[in-house]
Amino acid sequence: MHSEWQSKAPIYEALLKYKSKRVVPFDVPGHKQGRGNPGLAEFFGEKCLAVDVNSMKPLDNLVHPVSVIKEAEELAAAAFGAHHAFFMVNGTTSAVQAMILSVCKQGDKIIMPRNVHRSAINALIISGAIPVYVNPGIHTRLGIPLGMSLDDVERAVHENPDAKAIFVNNPTYYGICSDLKRITALAHEHHMHVLVDEAHGTHFYFGENMPTSAMAAGADMAAVSMHKTGGSLTQSSFLLINQGLGVGHVRQMINLTQTTSGSYLLLSSLDISRRNLALNGRTIFEKVCTLADYARDEINKIGGYYAFASELMNGDSVYDFDRTKLAVHTRDIGLAGIEVYDILRDDYGIQIEFGDIGNILAILSVGDRALALERLVSSLSEIKRLYIRDKKGMLDYEYISPEVVLAPQQAFYADQHSVAMKDSKGCISGEFVMAYPPGIPILAPGERITAEIIEYITYAKAKGSSLTGTEDMSLENIRIVEE
Amino acid sequence: MELWYTEQHTDNVRFSIKVDKHLYSGQSEFQRIDVFKAQEFGTFFTLDGLMMVTEKDEFIYHDMIVHVPMATNPKIKNVLVIGAGDGGTVRELTRYTSIENIDMVEIDKMVVDVCKEYLPQTACKLDDPKVKLYFEDGLKFVRSKENTYDLIIVDSTDPFGPGEGLFTREFYGNCYKALKEDGILVNQHESPYYDSYAKSMQRAHQRIQEFFPVCRVYQAHIPTYPSGHWLFGFASKKYDPVADLDEQAWNSLGLKTKYYNTDIHKGSFALPNYVRELLAGAGK
Repeated sequence: MHSEWQSKAPIYEALLKYKSKRVVPFDVPGHKQGRGNPGLAEFFGEKCLAVDVNSMKPLDNLVHPVSVIKEAEELAAAAFGAHHAFFMVNGTTSAVQAMILSVCKQGDKIIMPRNVHRSAINALIISGAIPVYVNPGIHTRLGIPLGMSLDDVERAVHENPDAKAIFVNNPTYYGICSDLKRITALAHEHHMHVLVDEAHGTHFYFGENMPTSAMAAGADMAAVSMHKTGGSLTQSSFLLINQGLGVGHVRQMINLTQTTSGSYLLLSSLDISRRNLALNGRTIFEKVCTLADYARDEINKIGGYYAFASELMNGDSVYDFDRTKLAVHTRDIGLAGIEVYDILRDDYGIQIEFGDIGNILAILSVGDRALALERLVSSLSEIKRLYIRDKKGMLDYEYISPEVVLAPQQAFYADQHSVAMKDSKGCISGEFVMAYPPGIPILAPGERITAEIIEYITYAKAKGSSLTGTEDMSLENIRIVEE
Repeated sequence: MELWYTEQHTDNVRFSIKVDKHLYSGQSEFQRIDVFKAQEFGTFFTLDGLMMVTEKDEFIYHDMIVHVPMATNPKIKNVLVIGAGDGGTVRELTRYTSIENIDMVEIDKMVVDVCKEYLPQTACKLDDPKVKLYFEDGLKFVRSKENTYDLIIVDSTDPFGPGEGLFTREFYGNCYKALKEDGILVNQHESPYYDSYAKSMQRAHQRIQEFFPVCRVYQAHIPTYPSGHWLFGFASKKYDPVADLDEQAWNSLGLKTKYYNTDIHKGSFALPNYVRELLAGAGK
């Protein structure tokens, strides 16, 4: 990487210049560099509010970049090894939606695993694309969904030669990677695009000995959450594309839903974080891996917990593993992951990413310290000492393979009515149900509600999962499709 | 020329000592270490600019953190000391021939090296054959111990920076597990006087209380610490520090001390009303 070029940060530099000119603002935002809102200025600091500005000639325009944003995009593209990089300010959700909208029209088929983030299925509702689900398979001990097996993808491709794209989530929340290179080769052989939800994979582009990144595997598009492990502000993200797709076409799709008031706080945070990772990423992620490996060893020494990693690799549905993810199986001490998650926060002042039925996940990233990890490990040791109990009667899976009756868009816009969740067995769901995080739907619009799914939802709710997606905030009722 | 060391005790209060000579300055993996020589306090050392030990008043702190638990249970044989890189706590412990083993866990080896060179007054017993030094995080060390120690002394810095893990619920819980059934935990308990210190003090008290049936606080006057009014925590699974004090047994040891005596021992648990109220309100 050209480190001299990568040490530039054009948006950040333009903002500094703008600030030094002490321009008199008769434009939006109305807080006028904080002066109009003392409470806000006190909380965020004047330094921050002085650069919360609107698009203007010297600062370029996200909707149609021609100067500093354009240059920042070029720098990001080079840093990620992509043909082009788009700055996204509506979250990785908008990047995922832009990917699907760019290659799928109404009625087009898209091959994907069902354990995708809700943003992907939302994109199907917007675009009218039809999902062809590949069952991700489940790890028998951990209960977690795996990656896509090449055989399953091959079968889906042969049965659906008219599909327009294959969508892969890589890595999964738990750190599991599919064989991206071979899936991409297979897809391209059959003239399908490969879209990768790389929300949790920013570091793949900068660390050493990391799983293959989407761009390196030759995938066509990737949605990368710079804010998750790369250090930029929440909601800021990159959409990467390889050669083959038109930059103008993709930008039009992004502009369908993205704000026209792109935040310069978010944009400059992407610019500064890209510079940091391009220059220091290798050292940073080496440290992150060392910390995660150390924590896994220490947690496994406690006994009862299982902090898993590369030993899950099987050459196929777990083709590779992201070592920076610190996922721990908790069921053997008789506690659901969500229970450990709640105890860690309420009793020990430690916030982790999520807890589900049998596992917890801690995210390690650019900002982590050894001392804080010691606290996490010691707290887990205490939780085991104080709370261990029999695991009898605990659910042991995180994922139920759904029966899809209708396409998401068809079900979402169909005539619906509300019934009690407990009486909904056999009906077709008109809405989502998911625990958030991780935000992977238990039910999506168009799927059959089974007794097993009702049991899972009731169990997750009782254990303290925060369930979302339904119109009824209390989740007592669910909207079903009229048949 | 005048050279002054100044510590900011609060945003609005400063404490200064006139310095003869700046003897040492170094940055370890964890913190900045400085050693000064002063007319009034002799040699003293600071971590990240905060006062740790002076030659002139260290006896107060070390007497009180060691002799109170030792007089409460003279049968103590196996001791764990966490922090205490200056060596003063270990120096006092080695005066008891009844103690068989002292494990000292200090996260920062450089603190020990610097104190050995510049503060032999406190560091003089760190090479005693009964003393084993471990340079690692105290939180980590104690995690793997179970039913092992008669006494744990937490001689830590403040609850920010490298000492933060030593004021947490997970640390106190792991200490409880590492202690024998009649074990005692004594810790540096911050000051009740200034608000920010008082909050740390309350939090520590609340967390210790959750694990130990006996949970008391005692005080001493330490001139170079913020406000001078300093507290120690005494927690135990069995012994009450006042009711179970065997004055005769301790006095018969004939240990010569400059601050501690068995009257001070009893008196130090008598607390001012505002401190009692702070302790009663801990966690509310």
